Amino acid sequence: MKFKFLPHTADVKFRAYGRTLEEAFINAALAMASVIVEPSKVKAKFAKEISVSSEDEKALLYDFLEQFLILLDSEEFLLSSVKELKIIKKKKGFSLNANIVGDKGVEKYSPEKGIKAVTYQEMEIKKEKNSYMVQVVVDI
Amino acid sequence: MADKIEIKKISDILWEIPKTGSMRVPCRVYATEKMLAKMQEDRTLMQGKNVAFLPGIYKYSLVMPDGHEGYGFPIGGVAALDYENGGISPGGIGYDINCGVRVLRTKLQREDVEPKIKDLMNSIFKYCPAGLGGSNIRVEPKELDNILNKGAKWAVENSYGNEKDLKHSEEDGHMEEADAKEVSSAAKSRGRNQIATLGSGNHFLEVQYVDKIFDKEVAKTYGIKKEGQVLFMIHCGSRGLGHQVCSDYLRLMEHNFPEIVKTLPDRELIYAPAGSDVAKKYFKAMAAAANFAWCNRHVLGHQTRLAFKDVLGIGDNEIETLYDVAHNIAKVEEHKIDGEMKKVFMHRKGATRAFGPGRKEIPSTYREVGQPIIIPGTMGTSSYILAGTKEAMEQTFGSTAHGAGRVMSRHEAIRSFRGEDIVKELGKQGIFVKGASWQGIAEEASGAYKKIEDVIDVSDKAGIGRKVARLLPIGVVKG
Repeated sequence: MKFKFLPHTADVKFRAYGRTLEEAFINAALAMASVIVEPSKVKAKFAKEISVSSEDEKALLYDFLEQFLILLDSEEFLLSSVKELKIIKKKKGFSLNANIVGDKGVEKYSPEKGIKAVTYQEMEIKKEKNSYMVQVVVDI
Repeated sequence: MADKIEIKKISDILWEIPKTGSMRVPCRVYATEKMLAKMQEDRTLMQGKNVAFLPGIYKYSLVMPDGHEGYGFPIGGVAALDYENGGISPGGIGYDINCGVRVLRTKLQREDVEPKIKDLMNSIFKYCPAGLGGSNIRVEPKELDNILNKGAKWAVENSYGNEKDLKHSEEDGHMEEADAKEVSSAAKSRGRNQIATLGSGNHFLEVQYVDKIFDKEVAKTYGIKKEGQVLFMIHCGSRGLGHQVCSDYLRLMEHNFPEIVKTLPDRELIYAPAGSDVAKKYFKAMAAAANFAWCNRHVLGHQTRLAFKDVLGIGDNEIETLYDVAHNIAKVEEHKIDGEMKKVFMHRKGATRAFGPGRKEIPSTYREVGQPIIIPGTMGTSSYILAGTKEAMEQTFGSTAHGAGRVMSRHEAIRSFRGEDIVKELGKQGIFVKGASWQGIAEEASGAYKKIEDVIDVSDKAGIGRKVARLLPIGVVKG
């Protein structure tokens, strides 16, 4: 399982999984994108690069996911898939680089809803035996 | 789910979490026993309690009757933090800065509009884009800065709406403190194509009529003359621009004040201490985002006039703004606390200002009776207009509820309701619904919310917002 949604009164909560932290982050991006438009339905027409640096893992997840909201509102960019994602541990905090593909144009895909923001509410990043789980609540 | 929190009864509609541990003040909750039980199922009370940890907080951390779980603060959270020794917290304002409600009044009666309601809603839908699509109004970056600095005043200067609209809005539709320079380029690029758009979530536009008048005198002062009178309601906020301002400053505060983060029970309660550079910058950026929202609602009001003109031949001057309220905002206000006037950062997150008679912030036309409070219901149900009171000034720093408050998750709503069925059912009741998405309609089903009547009754009984009129929809555009 790549991700699953959990009940939340006002907003949307999901858990994403991966064998590595990178894979869990990729699946979190797909989970969040699927709230707007199912990524498998989005054409891979445009490539984009995402780079963020943050003080800890949770902040990194927050900043990474937020990039998709900025791309959506600014360029009507919808995610199709994450081609590559690298997380590098630095002296102070972490940095992340990702190559993503997707399409532009909201009208073409008639999204179900928008997302206002990523939040820290109930955010979790857990390393289990041979896998990672990340949990995120997004504000609708 | 959450740990049971000790709470004592003050009255049938007021409860108190006593001051314990690091709480600086107690937390008070306005709710019936039944509403309280619902709040105990999630983190609402825990979050209300957490707010009491903030520095410089006066009297109580307050939770309004529509309170539910939020981020940092609960939705329905109200707190006054000292202007010099307190601070300002983005979590006490919310991601949708100046999400709010505007009501316009017409001279029409229900029967004048009903035969043409479909045409009218289709026309409104065209003039006021809903969902995630872009705006009909595109502006250059420099012009966006003018909007951020001037709010609805920019709109009037550019031939949208009029001066009278400004007078009938909180802050006259713009906060002077705003500074576009403190808003990031990411926030600006998120907002540039969203001027005068509704967005999604719980935002809506409704053509309504006055179903019942509770207080004739006050209603008359607000220009509500008789039952059946047609009004128009706009519920929206600052769109992506405001969301990004909140996020930018939350992250900046975390970064600048790691030692404060360590002391907080919740990362999203982060605040900038009063007087700090970040506090000043955030307030300017928040005010700019608030101005963007006021400009949005103002322009949407103007666009609606065009739709009424096209479909019903109604002139611009026959539709006037009754009032416009912000329900996610911080303001610098003065309140009488322990017999002394104190300057505070007043945080209202999912709460409406409810200033009582005489306050200088209320437009002169309404000042004697208290400000109009607009509380939108859920899609297809009643909304209310209340009046601000002296009791609100004494009990809640002039604040009351802002809506119905969710009780069912979006997921559960999708499983329980179908958008198509809701539209059909409301159609039978004479309510025409037009939405950007079926799923969006299902998620916002009225069954997913507390009954608005319960919320209004608590506000009225507590005296923190008195009933003036109940409104019912005949046409809805759902974002």
